[in-house]
Parts: sequence; C-alpha cells; structure tokens
Amino acid sequence: MSFQSAPTPRLLEQIANEAKSASSHEIRDQIVSNIYQTSRAVCEEVVHYKQPPQAQTEKLDRIFTSRIWGFPIMLSMLGMVFYLTIAGANVPSSMLASAFGWAEGELTLLFQAINAPAWLHGVLVLGLFRGTGWVISVMLPPMAIFFPVFALLENYGYLPRVAFNMDRLFKKAGAHGKQSLTMAMGFGCNAAAIMSTRIIESPRERMLAILTNNFVPCNGRWPTLILLASLFMAVGYTGAAGTLVTAAVLMGMVLFGIIVTLTVSWVLSKTALKGVPTHYTLELPPFRKPKFWNTVLRASLDKAWYVLKRAVIVAAPASILTWVFANIYVGDTSILMHFIQLLDPFGQALGMDGFILAAFILGLPANEIVIPILIMAYLSQGAMLELDDLSELKQVFLNHGWTWLTALNMMLFSLLHYPCGTTLVNIYKETKSTKWTFMAFAIPTAIAIAVTFLTASIARGLGWV
Amino acid sequence: MSAIKVALAGNPNTGKSTLFNTLTGLKQHTGNWPGKTVIRAEGSFEHKGEEYVLVDLPGTYSLFSNSADEEVARDYIVFEQPDATIVVLDATSLERNLNLAFQVLEMTDRVIVCINLIDEADKKGIVIDEKKLAAKLGVPVVKMSARNKIGIDLLLNTLDHLVKEKINPSPYRMTYSEEIERKISQIEAQITGLFGAELPSRWIALRLLDGDDALVAKLKEYIDKKKDGVTANELPISANS
Amino acid sequence: MPVSKKIVPLSECQPGDCFLLRELKVEGVMRRRLLDLGFVAGAEILVLQKSPLGDPVAFRVSHTTIALREEESSLIFGEIIRRGPA
Repeated sequence: MSFQSAPTPRLLEQIANEAKSASSHEIRDQIVSNIYQTSRAVCEEVVHYKQPPQAQTEKLDRIFTSRIWGFPIMLSMLGMVFYLTIAGANVPSSMLASAFGWAEGELTLLFQAINAPAWLHGVLVLGLFRGTGWVISVMLPPMAIFFPVFALLENYGYLPRVAFNMDRLFKKAGAHGKQSLTMAMGFGCNAAAIMSTRIIESPRERMLAILTNNFVPCNGRWPTLILLASLFMAVGYTGAAGTLVTAAVLMGMVLFGIIVTLTVSWVLSKTALKGVPTHYTLELPPFRKPKFWNTVLRASLDKAWYVLKRAVIVAAPASILTWVFANIYVGDTSILMHFIQLLDPFGQALGMDGFILAAFILGLPANEIVIPILIMAYLSQGAMLELDDLSELKQVFLNHGWTWLTALNMMLFSLLHYPCGTTLVNIYKETKSTKWTFMAFAIPTAIAIAVTFLTASIARGLGWV
Repeated sequence: MSAIKVALAGNPNTGKSTLFNTLTGLKQHTGNWPGKTVIRAEGSFEHKGEEYVLVDLPGTYSLFSNSADEEVARDYIVFEQPDATIVVLDATSLERNLNLAFQVLEMTDRVIVCINLIDEADKKGIVIDEKKLAAKLGVPVVKMSARNKIGIDLLLNTLDHLVKEKINPSPYRMTYSEEIERKISQIEAQITGLFGAELPSRWIALRLLDGDDALVAKLKEYIDKKKDGVTANELPISANS
Repeated sequence: MPVSKKIVPLSECQPGDCFLLRELKVEGVMRRRLLDLGFVAGAEILVLQKSPLGDPVAFRVSHTTIALREEESSLIFGEIIRRGPA
C-alpha cells in the first residue's frame, strides 16, 4: 500500500501515540545501546594498538590537577600571563604614546599653517586624535601580548583543567562548573562571554553566569588596572621587581573578582535564583601542542583589529563629546566641570573624585575610554600638558590629589562596576528581560559602591591616608 | 547553479572547527539558529568549479535531542537535507565518536566519514584500517589532519565524487531484535504514507518508538508549513525542547 | 590481591581502580549523556584523578577523559575488577 494520504498533524500524533504505547523502557534502552554496541564491535575490528596507550596527558594531569600543585600551578600560570603582559607592553606602549604625541604636534602645526579655527583644532586634534591615540597606545600592546599567551594556554587544553579544579567551588555556590569557562572568555570581552554562556543549558545556572561575568576584568579594563597598578602600587620597585609587584596586584584583583563571583552566585542561588546544580559532565581533552605562530598570529591580529575598530567606533565620538563638554561654558565653568563638581562629594566618599566618576559614567559605552576621558578631563582644567610619556601621567594624577587609595579604589571600581553598554545590550538580547538586564547593571554597581566606600572609610579611619 | 550544501557534524574537541576554518578561510559568517540560542557558523569555498556552502553544526556527542545543540544539528540534517554531511571523528577515541557517525547514517545516505587527528593517533600507536571501516560503514572514509593540512585534497575530491554521484553510498543499517524490527516496519509504513520519500521514515519510526516528543513537535510544524506552501528550507526550528 | 565481585557505585572507587560497569541507575537526559560518553554496560573505567578539592573525579572511559561529580558517579554501578596501587 503506497498511496499518500494528505499528512495531517492529527494523523501524525496518532502514529506517535501508537508508537509510544508499542514501546517500553526495555525497547528504548535497546535502541540506544544497539548503537554503542555496534560502535564497539566495529572498533575492535578496525582499530589496532601498536603499543599500550601512552598516558602522557594523564601524567600531566596528575600534576596540573593534583591536590598539592593544582591551585599553585593555576595561580602561577595566571601570574605568568600578567607578568609577560606588563613586562612586554611597557616599551611599545611608551613608543606608541610618544609617536602619537609627535603626530599631534605635527597636526597642530598643520592646522596652524592652514589657519584652521581653534575649535576645529580642538575637536579634531585635542579631542578625536588624542583620545583615539590614547586608547590605541594604552590598549594595543597589552592586548597583543595577553591574548596570544592566553590563546596558547587555551589551545594547549589547559582551560578544561581549570574548570575541573574549580568545579567544587562553583557547585558549592550553586553554579555550573562550566561557568569558569565563560569567565575565562570574560578576560577577553564580557560581551562575548555573555554569548558563550550558551554552553550552560540550565537557564538558572546560565543566568548566574551572565549576572556575574562582569567581575572578570575584560580587555577594556586591563589597561586601567595595569596602568594604575604600575603607577601607584609598585612604587619604590624598579625593573623586574616592579613588574612582579604589579603582576601580584593584578592577580589579587582577579582573585577578588572570583571571590565576589562565587559569593554573588551563592547569594543569588539561595534567593532570587533558587535551585540545585544540574547534572554535569566535563571532558578533559588530551593536551595538544598548539601551532605556535599560527595561534599567536591569529590571536594578536584578531585582537589588534578589534581594539582598533572599537577605538574608532566608540572612543572617537566619545573623545569628541568629552572635548566639547569640556569646552562649552555655562557661566564661568564648562559643562563637564559642572558635572564633575556635582559628582565630587560622592566620589570623595568612595575614595575617588568627581573626575573619576564622570569618566566611568561617560565610559559606559566602552571601558576602554575611561582612562582617556579621565586624562582629558584633568588636562582640560589647567595648562595643556604634552603627554608623550607615561610617567608624566602620574604627575597629572598626583596634581589632582591622588593617593594610593585613589588608585586602589579606582581599580576596585573598575573591576566591580556595571558592565559596558555592549555587554548590557547582549545581556538583554540573551535574557530578553529588562528586569534581569537591570539586575546585571544594579548588582555590580551596588557592590562597587559598597566596596569602595568601605575601603575608603577604613583607610581614612585608620589614618592610612 | 545554486551552491552545494554541506553539513559538518562531529563530537566536541575533534578539530571540527579547524577543518571548518581550513576549508572556508575567511569566507565565514556566524549568527543564530532561528529561534535558538545556538551559534550557527556558515562559510563557503570552491572546488573544481563548484560553489559549496559549509554549515558547521554544533559539536555534540549524539543526536538524540538531549539539548538545544543536538536538536539543531539533527533538525538540519533531517529537514534541510544537505547535499552531503561530513562527520568528523577523533582518531584517538574512535569508539565513542563512531556513535555519532552511526546516528547520522540512520538519517541520511550522503555521508563522508572523516577521521581527523590522524597524526596524533600515529604518535599514540593507534592504527586505523580505514578501508575496512569504509566497507563496514558503506560510506567513504577519509583519514586526515586538518591542523597539518593532511588529507584535505582527498576529502574535497571525495566530496566532489559524492555530490556528482560517482560514489553511491550504501550506509550500514542497524538491525534490532525481531520484536523491534517488526514494530519499526509497522510505524515506518505509516510514516511513509505521510511523507513519502521526503523524510527518512525508518529513522523517524525509530525516534517515535524512542518517545522523542521534540521530533513530533518538529514534524507537526513541518506539515503545517508544507500546507502553507513553504519549503522545508524556510522552516523555523521549533522553540520548545 | 583478592577483589570482591560486589556491586558498588563508581563513586566508591579510588584513583587507580579499574571498574567494570554493570548498570546505570539514571534516567532521562543524563542517562543518554553518560551513554554517549561511553559509560555503557560492559565498559571498563579507570579512575584517574580527584580534583584538588576532592570532587569531581576524572575517569578514563572509551579512550577519553571525562570528569563527573559525585552526584552522577554514585548512580553508576559495577564491580571493581582491579585495585589500584594503594
């Protein structure tokens, strides 16, 4: 009988129900296990082992995930990545900064030669060019080192070991073990990491990963952390020792971010996102020697391109806007200064100042531009400094009353505060919920304010500053 | 002439993405599978004057709709019916990887089995008799290392032969116990009555026996869309799971 | 070394032990997942390594390394066919 009846959903349902009632637990199991048995039988015929399987990966795992060495190795890997990044980025960053400084001078001469109006020179050179130049010289070198090194670890197969080592902590916090993988993505870009939480199937655990991802500093925040740590935390150390101290401070920041992640996950899974961790399997693929140059080139080119694109797309208009705000006067003060003065008392209470808060607020579209905006705001006040050296930067900060506490709290605020605009957009796209997107904004912000207020109060109360 | 559609299936960590990158280079774009938060990567390449579109299915251990990833991969093979499906297997853990190959073979005939990471298997002293495997599976088997660009030409030529019907695969059919086989053929006949040769009816029968509700929902959608004169290609992938 | 033929959950094994899988007492998606990964009746499983904090545990199964939490491994039953070096 082969006539074709018009297919209807009802007929299909009928067949499906018949099939179900004809089936049984045993039948279902047999259907599934048949495949596994066939695979095994075929393999026995076509696969031969010339020698007993070598346990290279297992030997390495016995070290990388050992009770004693697992965590120390993880920390020293992280430390090593930071050390290489800081040590390697210093020189090229300075070189880029002075190159941009030189080009700025030339551009100024050019503008003068053609008798361009002062505002045009201001908007294009002092705003657009300087802001974009800062983003590139501060961001590009560390990223061009950090990402290739990270990609090498990733391609080698180390990241699943991190997930394996850390799983117990995430389980205790009511979260999914794969959250550590999405956090690793966050080191690169939180917005991309939000997308990567798709690997977590349970909606509850995925939401935890989304809401806490921001506590991992992304590539837009690394430069801020690196810059402040090396300017203010490694005082009195020079050369390798200074780099080491800077790396240690950064590691402290990352560890603190992880602690906050676990705590927030734990609190949420006891309150708004109640539930038990779902089932979990994790494959530990064999270690594979990555194709060194291939990986390095792909990662650095990808990231270099990404940074440049962001610099132009986000930093450029923001730089222009900041310059405009700093140069339009209402009464005898610029709009920017009005804004800064408004924020200043609150900023001071958090151990920072109005400039810093204004920079964070204007930097919402992208964390990359926080430092450039801050510098522009400081410089717009007094005489225009030629900024072609990173060490002159510290003087600018000190002139505005910075202490180690200001630097520390700006680092903490940078680590903990609300996600950037792109990340928030992605959170909305992935959760389709205004409520949770707002929470993703509010939770980190509240924590950032609370932590900086606390450190400022303690430091001042104990007379440390 | 429109491009030849090729799907890339495989377990996670088998170098499937490496193969995808090697074949398509920079000609790729990513997006979402309709209605699903699963990343869809597509790329194109040319070989022997033919234009190919390569769809990188999510890396999965099986295709039994245990997860959104698996549903997407399975629905693509069954409903979009690519001109060829390349199943990428890890040479160093062939047994587990073969499960997926067998599952794909139940859905479609036009399959190439690609044993990747062959250089690593060599290092570990694992020898795979690909001719014997091809004879067992009834489809072409290609050994390769996408990372070191070994066996890419062989894969492309095999693909060319397959789509130009110079090879006629006769994939291995799982046989089950008499009781199950009897039930399968009963249901299969009914399914063929509904869909003719459009869809793999034996496979659907098996899935129905296995109580796969996600598939039933997807089939209903397929029927509805067909009634409205929409082709299978425009079918959204069902949002329920 | 005498080895008992007692049926025990996989979670009771120590690193180095070799385990012969007899039965999965899991249902639904997790059962499928475990089967996919090679945890099928008759499979030999080598207990490799505990995570530094004691859980999860890594197992060698079907030439791959898979980590499971205790919640899952306690539902996998079989016999210990070889004790690892203590």
